Amino acid sequence: MGILEVKDVGKRFGGLKALSDVNLSVKENTCHAIIGPNGAGKSTLLNCLVGKLIPDTGSVMFQGQSVLGRSPHEINQMGISRVFQTPEIFGDLTVFENMMIPLFAKRDGAYRLHAIESVMNEKSLIEEAEKMLEEVNMLDKRHMHSASMSRGDKRRLEMAMCLVQSPKLLLLDEPTAGMARADTNNTIDLLKQIKEERDITIAIIEHDMHVVFSLADRITVLAQGTPLVEDAPENIKGHPKVQEAYLGEAH
Amino acid sequence: MFGLDKKDSTLLLIVALLTMLAPFILNPFPTESGLAQFNAGYPDLMQRFVIFGIFAIGFNILFGLTGYLSFGHAAFLGVGSYSAVWMFKLLSMNIVPAILLSVVIAGLFALVIGFVSLRRTGIYFSILTLAFAQMSFALAYSVLTPLTNGETGLQLTLDDPRILGASATADGSIPVTNLFGLEMRAATDMVVGPWSFTFSVGYYVCAVVMLISFYLAIRIFRSPFGMMLRAIKSNQQRLNYTGLNPKPYTLAAFVISGMYAGLAGGLMAAMDPLAGAERMQWTASGEVVLMTILGGAGTLIGPVLGAGAIKYMENIFSKINDNVLHGWFAFLPDGIEDFVVFVIHPFVGKGWHLTLGIIFMLVVTFLPGGLVEGGQRIARLFNRKKADDPKSASTEPAE
Repeated sequence: MGILEVKDVGKRFGGLKALSDVNLSVKENTCHAIIGPNGAGKSTLLNCLVGKLIPDTGSVMFQGQSVLGRSPHEINQMGISRVFQTPEIFGDLTVFENMMIPLFAKRDGAYRLHAIESVMNEKSLIEEAEKMLEEVNMLDKRHMHSASMSRGDKRRLEMAMCLVQSPKLLLLDEPTAGMARADTNNTIDLLKQIKEERDITIAIIEHDMHVVFSLADRITVLAQGTPLVEDAPENIKGHPKVQEAYLGEAH
Repeated sequence: MFGLDKKDSTLLLIVALLTMLAPFILNPFPTESGLAQFNAGYPDLMQRFVIFGIFAIGFNILFGLTGYLSFGHAAFLGVGSYSAVWMFKLLSMNIVPAILLSVVIAGLFALVIGFVSLRRTGIYFSILTLAFAQMSFALAYSVLTPLTNGETGLQLTLDDPRILGASATADGSIPVTNLFGLEMRAATDMVVGPWSFTFSVGYYVCAVVMLISFYLAIRIFRSPFGMMLRAIKSNQQRLNYTGLNPKPYTLAAFVISGMYAGLAGGLMAAMDPLAGAERMQWTASGEVVLMTILGGAGTLIGPVLGAGAIKYMENIFSKINDNVLHGWFAFLPDGIEDFVVFVIHPFVGKGWHLTLGIIFMLVVTFLPGGLVEGGQRIARLFNRKKADDPKSASTEPAE
């Protein structure tokens, strides 16, 4: 039994079958990649996992509990964090404040009226935030307005914001899309480090094969809304079905 | 000090000093001089400065922090006024129960309106709040006349019960509002040479309440709650995926700002015990939006400055009529005098809104951060001149 079990999931948008009969099992403490050509349904699948979309059929279980019908913040409180394709951070806030919000969310739950206490009195949370910033090499940028940072820094900040909550499952939606090679390699190194140092399961959606093959323990290939193959990376590379899906039948 | 850091304590101290010395600061011109009409240091206007300051501080907690633009905040102010006047009619002329009730009732009212309006964001939220406020206005104006006395407005009468007080004073008039015996109307004049300063009890009561509200607003700004509200403005999607539910946060901000408005309404009634439906009209809601934006939305001191600026113009500019203008330009030859008065005429007196509109346009265009940003720019200019050393020119944003 994996930490995340997707069973017979299907999703339609009007006449378009975005997903059908998707079965997926992500084992604990592994990195599972989902790849596939454009329009294969990767993002739809991810949105079904985090509560943004509700699948028409099937079930999604996280640690034995169904996530269907729960809102994104409830799913996060269960232990699933999500990194977006374009970094989603609190642009108007400083880097330090960006780190404090997930820490408050983890400690106090989805809502708590803390209207009179000062943020600056939360010594233990501040320490945690600074430790995490140090880990991603951003401590010197803590007072920076986060919207003014480079895209690579934003991405690192977003990951740090997810990791500081010590989630059990980290979902990455094309974390290196639109990045320069150097930034991509930095991200890969960061993710490798995270994988080694923490008890964390990673599910990654990615276009860049270089990223996928340097990180994934297991790969699922999605095409036209259904999984084609699921196997270890070394078996995926030469798989005829995968090449067919990516290059098309008429070659 | 009081759990604030050094910068915020300084700000609070400055504001406290300014409000306490306001009777002096706002009366800089000798009573007999021609400029005396620019004096704003009379109790009625000073009370309005601080009361609308409270209103704007509260509005800023919602609009400045979360970015939700409510166009219906005057409804809460009006509800607060009505509650306070009812308290004066039924219970006693002491302002404490009246103000407490107005805060509570406005809070409950805000809870209901906020619960419905916050289902939408952006322009739809604004329109919903506007609709609710106009409904409240219509109800107060014509439907709920037994409660609000319709267009005449709710007033005190000699046959009000006033369970804990007297229906009428010994000489047969309506008793005045008081704070445990201290009459709100009471005032002493201090004459120094040609100057005259008025110290009114009512103003100082309002000023103390305003300082407490301001202090609470600073605490809210610096609290985790305040940070969450800014995060809502910045990126709701990220907030959702960080495990936080934005709805209760925005609702809490809405209710808190509604309570501030109720407090302002209650104080207004405490200073002058009558309440009319026009306090709830959409123009009154629009005014607080203007105050906040003019002063600087999202800053601590901005709304107070904005409220002061607008109330000053409303009361001082509107008093300048053609006679006054002719007096000023009497030294010019007749034809030119008439021409100058003709040119200035539309901008003063009844036309003061035109001046306000122009100032508002200029501020929004050139100083998007409001008067506070203007102050910061001037401060930065001075810093640069003072020190050649570029390191000392701090660019830290001040609140």
